[in-house]
Amino acid sequence: MNAKPVLFLALGVVMALSGPARPQGFAGLGQNADGFALPAPDPVFRFPEDHGSHPDFRIEWWYLTANLWDAEGRAYGAQWTLFRNALAPEGGTGWDTPQIWMGHAGLTTETDHYAAERFARGGIGTAGVVAEPFEAWIDDWQMTGPWLSDITVTARGADFAYRLDARSTRPFVPQGAGGYSVKSPDGQASYYYSQPFYEVTGTLTLPQGEVAVTGTAWLDREWSSQPLSEDQTGWDWFALTLPGDEKLMAFRVRREAGADYIVGTWIAADGTPSPFDPGDIAATPLATTDVGGGAVPTTWRLEIPARNLDITVAAVNARAWMDTSISYWEGPVTFEGSHAGYGYLEMTGYE
Amino acid sequence: MIGASLGALVSHWRRQPGQFATLILGLALATALWTGVQAINAEARSSYAAAANALGGSAEEFVRPGGAFTTEDFVTLRRAGWRVSPVLEGWLPAERGRVRLIGLDPLTAPPGTGAADVAIETPLEFLTGAGQILAAPPTAARLGSGQGAPVVAVDGLAPGLAFADIGIAGRLLGRSGEIDRMVLHPEQVTGLAKPSGLVSGLERQRPATAEDLARLTDSFHLNLTAFGFLSFAVALFIVHGAIGLAFEQRRVVFRTLRTLGLPVRLLVILLLLELLAIAVVAGGLGVGLGYLIAAALLPDVAATLRGLYGATVEGTLTIAPLWWGLGFAIAILGTGVAAAGALWKVARLPLLAPARPRAWARGSATTMRAQLASSAVLGAAALVAGLTGGGLVAGFVLLGALLLAAALALPAILAGVLSLGARFARRPLAEWFWADTRQQLPGLSLALMALLLALSANIGVGTMVSSFRLTFLGWLDQRLAAELYVSAEDARQAAALLDHLDGRVTALPIWGVDADIEGAPGEVYSVADHTTYRETWPLLSALPGGWDRVAAGEAAMINEQLARREGLVPGDEVALPGGALTIAGVYSDYGNPLAQALVSPATFVVRFPDADRTDFGLRVAPEDADALRRALTEEVGIDPGRIVDQEALKAVSRQVFERTFAVTGALNVLTLAVAGFAILTSLLTLANMRLPGLAPVWALGLTRARLAGVELLRAVLLAALTALAALPVGLLLAWVLLAVINVEAFGWRLPMHLFPGQWAALFALSLLAAALAALWPARRLARRPAADLIKVFAHER
Amino acid sequence: MTETDLPLALESVTKTFAGPDGPLPVLSGVSLALGAGETLALTGESGSGKSTLLHLAAGLETPDSGAVLIDGADIAALDDAGRAAIRRERLAIVFQQFNLIPSLDVAANVAFQARLAGRHDPDWTARLLERLGLADQARKYPEVLSGGQQQRVAIARALAPRPGLVLADEPTGNLDEDTGDRVLDLMLELVAEANAALLLVTHSSRLAERAGARAHLSHGVLA
Repeated sequence: MNAKPVLFLALGVVMALSGPARPQGFAGLGQNADGFALPAPDPVFRFPEDHGSHPDFRIEWWYLTANLWDAEGRAYGAQWTLFRNALAPEGGTGWDTPQIWMGHAGLTTETDHYAAERFARGGIGTAGVVAEPFEAWIDDWQMTGPWLSDITVTARGADFAYRLDARSTRPFVPQGAGGYSVKSPDGQASYYYSQPFYEVTGTLTLPQGEVAVTGTAWLDREWSSQPLSEDQTGWDWFALTLPGDEKLMAFRVRREAGADYIVGTWIAADGTPSPFDPGDIAATPLATTDVGGGAVPTTWRLEIPARNLDITVAAVNARAWMDTSISYWEGPVTFEGSHAGYGYLEMTGYE
Repeated sequence: MIGASLGALVSHWRRQPGQFATLILGLALATALWTGVQAINAEARSSYAAAANALGGSAEEFVRPGGAFTTEDFVTLRRAGWRVSPVLEGWLPAERGRVRLIGLDPLTAPPGTGAADVAIETPLEFLTGAGQILAAPPTAARLGSGQGAPVVAVDGLAPGLAFADIGIAGRLLGRSGEIDRMVLHPEQVTGLAKPSGLVSGLERQRPATAEDLARLTDSFHLNLTAFGFLSFAVALFIVHGAIGLAFEQRRVVFRTLRTLGLPVRLLVILLLLELLAIAVVAGGLGVGLGYLIAAALLPDVAATLRGLYGATVEGTLTIAPLWWGLGFAIAILGTGVAAAGALWKVARLPLLAPARPRAWARGSATTMRAQLASSAVLGAAALVAGLTGGGLVAGFVLLGALLLAAALALPAILAGVLSLGARFARRPLAEWFWADTRQQLPGLSLALMALLLALSANIGVGTMVSSFRLTFLGWLDQRLAAELYVSAEDARQAAALLDHLDGRVTALPIWGVDADIEGAPGEVYSVADHTTYRETWPLLSALPGGWDRVAAGEAAMINEQLARREGLVPGDEVALPGGALTIAGVYSDYGNPLAQALVSPATFVVRFPDADRTDFGLRVAPEDADALRRALTEEVGIDPGRIVDQEALKAVSRQVFERTFAVTGALNVLTLAVAGFAILTSLLTLANMRLPGLAPVWALGLTRARLAGVELLRAVLLAALTALAALPVGLLLAWVLLAVINVEAFGWRLPMHLFPGQWAALFALSLLAAALAALWPARRLARRPAADLIKVFAHER
Repeated sequence: MTETDLPLALESVTKTFAGPDGPLPVLSGVSLALGAGETLALTGESGSGKSTLLHLAAGLETPDSGAVLIDGADIAALDDAGRAAIRRERLAIVFQQFNLIPSLDVAANVAFQARLAGRHDPDWTARLLERLGLADQARKYPEVLSGGQQQRVAIARALAPRPGLVLADEPTGNLDEDTGDRVLDLMLELVAEANAALLLVTHSSRLAERAGARAHLSHGVLA
């Protein structure tokens, strides 16, 4: 067994990364948050400080997904994620700092999918996040800029690389109740805000050569200590760009027994969020693709009656499987129906 | 037909249970010793492989020759995209030899790093706080508690190694922030900045593999293998004898079966089946015995490998299916070899040949001539191997050919001596004694050859080990001249130490680094210009004013193994990091498998600025040593564990030495025991066949007691003659071991010393063994009812 | 010559062996006497006890009761060494199986017992070899000799020490009739020359006729 998945399963760094077969729900995510700070309702985010890391919380991530197109109109997707995981609620420097970092990079074309992964120890300098001027890094992968609204994102694996310049002039958008995002009927929650309005230019390096691309990107910032309840087995997360530059975020947390928990946020073009309550959104898998050892739903019907939204969401490349130590599906999608557009889909717990 | 024939053939064993037991036991012994040695070797080799793969079997690594990396170097490389993982290594004290500690980073360790997989299951405990030391259960048991971090036993880790997080290891080893090497992940991004441009002094190399360690320890394993093979050969003599006898005794049966219409092919096939069954039974027994032998010897072997080579091997044996299989294979092969001649004879047995069972015991002059000729050929082969061959294998060919040649020549030599004895015999009984002894020679010669092999090996190895011990102890006295050896914790403490000594006590720097010498791994040490070295250093050869030239920084001293391996003599140049130096002298350096060079402290500091310079030898009057030791502890604050006195160091060295040869000694004894068994079984089988020879003499007027006495005397005489013959062979063997094998295997040549006391003891022992072996048959003869002897006159035989 | 000085005298000798079905009486009260120069042929069926009688007469075994006297010495009263000395010095045996010492050549075999007894007479030995037609075979080893030659060697060996008593157990049993007759003739001739007593055990009445006296053993009783 490879070392790293054990580590991260034991600690539950990624939400919903454990499959339904595991009785422990999200592999320990349901455990008590001993010593760690817990999210509380009605947070007030302070920027740029909150763009940095929160070592007193158990887990945290900087999660960027980008929908990109080349000059010929071919679609691409790029993912850059830095996870932080605390073994103990302490920061510090040196080898014994109990902060562990994991980086995931993905690059999806219409026909191929590339993934890479890095691990690092906090405290010695191979990974970390500094709020101002903003810098998040693990090894040679970086997300840097004067501030988080103006960043350059780089990553490379053995067979791919990318460099994206992402800028947004619009505000960061709190998710859930003012940034307090509830994940289950039992009340588990995280702090969660997004920047869904990046305009992107960049270069992708593929085995065939370099490709100049433009597009948009979406950043999620989330941190917590106990985000999921024990019987939740995985999740499906949609980040969609609607006509008129409106955005829609929806996630479904699947449960071993009982109804799935589906909530989301409608984001106006000026960044104004309108959160949905459980029951407002319906997500139905329409077709699955056998990839990564399981059947993964790569075509969905998404309905929000209150907004007259009824769309069919389909993967650009159904085989966008992140074959990292913790594996999941993550890739660009397009949709049509009552609305047409594009976005990103992440699905975990299917392997 | 087959069933009935097989029944007739096998019925022989029912009537001769002793013979059957001899065959089975002989074959089992042959298999046991061979299998045991193979099991030990296999265990060690798998340990090397496990150790080499402890870090996922990384194909490449970065090192900084003569120094360590820092954590910052690691971060620099990672941030440049290099997928490297830091490793810090050192030794932890443990029972029965130290344990190598590997400090690693489980998060970046290459895939397949077993310890990282385990560590990550309890990351908080492993990475933070006191940390954890992970080790295989036997290693964990040796480490015990009190290591500065809890020791956790984990099944499946490489034996003899301990693993901790690199941060914890830095604390345990007093080397926080240091990194010895960085192993590369097998999958690297292309087009990265050159690592040597990022981190100064960085070099890329292939890490030590299992083969490297195997090569280093090759000589040791070959040694064991040679012994295993020798024992196997000795035991095969027993098997050959038992099979030959059984076949001869069944010639009547064979003839009858064939007369009754059994085709000769089928007869041979049936006999092969019978032998196969016997081989399988004996093989099973032998493998079981071999396991016991291996399990008994492995702790010492492991201790030796740890002590001498720094190899990481534990003393617990795992059962590998491979050597079970090999054990059976060798049993079957051995049976085949031992039975080939007998089967050949059966296949060509004339249908109407007279049944003459005792022909087996009668060697014709032709056989003896053939043996002598083979002996001559082997002797020539030994000569050729000795003169032209290079390398360890040629050395062992020389040994093997020599031993076999001696064994084959033995019957002819003994026959000559016995004829000579007969010529000088004046009394009829004496004449009969000599003549009869000579006639018995062919029946006993296999056992006597086995005895010769065992005795020669014993004398040879005994002489080598004793010569080595004598030389080694003298050398230790020369080499360990300083009274106290101090290892300061760091440069600051080293400075405090020198400050405290203030010139009142001479401190000889003993600074060393691992460095490439002549392109191979070696070590470079500094040596102060001091009378200690000028007077006592064990130089084998040197240029005039050699020490002056070293002190002047223009020359280096090198050890014997380096000189021999590279063919260097004083006056030549030796390639060292930072440029070649003239060789001022060559010194003996026993027990060290690596090349070594001595340079002046000034040269050392210039060439290896990053090397630790914290170890010193202190010259102090022996009576003041204790006081100085206390002062260093109390006033300079040096941990008492970091001060070792000469005696303690010598004791450790002697212990390593004794352990190294403990196994050799044990195998020696086992081989001798097998030879003793060969004699016993030969005499027992002969005892029955002897009756027709003895009964007439008894009828002619000799008491049974007298006859028994004569029989005893005969066995002792033959053993004595064989032992005498073994002496020159053994000494030749010792010479080959010291002058050829040791030079090839270890790189040093040892002077040969003679130990007549040992020979006398061995001589007495072999007489005693023969007497004991003969005593039983002799007693049986003395107490035999007259009726048994009379039967000889009445029965057709 | 008194009875006690006879080369061989058996007085009421009984001998019983342990058989599979209980004690097996082999000899029951057998008495006989043999003076110097006398030859006695002892006949009997297989199992009649004649070999046992010969072994007793040779001091190879001791009787259960009665006495076996060789030159007047009671072998039952002697220890193993004493009986060995009697065998060595007073008598000689010729076996059916020849029983030569395989490791010694013909000359050494012939001289062996004489030398053990300290009565080696090279001239006599040479003459014996000559008379028995063995002069050319002196340096050969028994295994290369024919049966007749081997038995002649055995006879030479028996007579070489000039024993007072010669015991012969089917001496021609392993030889064909012609060879056997020739060998027996030679033996009788030489025994007579040496004035020795001869006990000849045979199952052949044809051979027995050649002896001076005959006795028949049946079921352990002398007739």
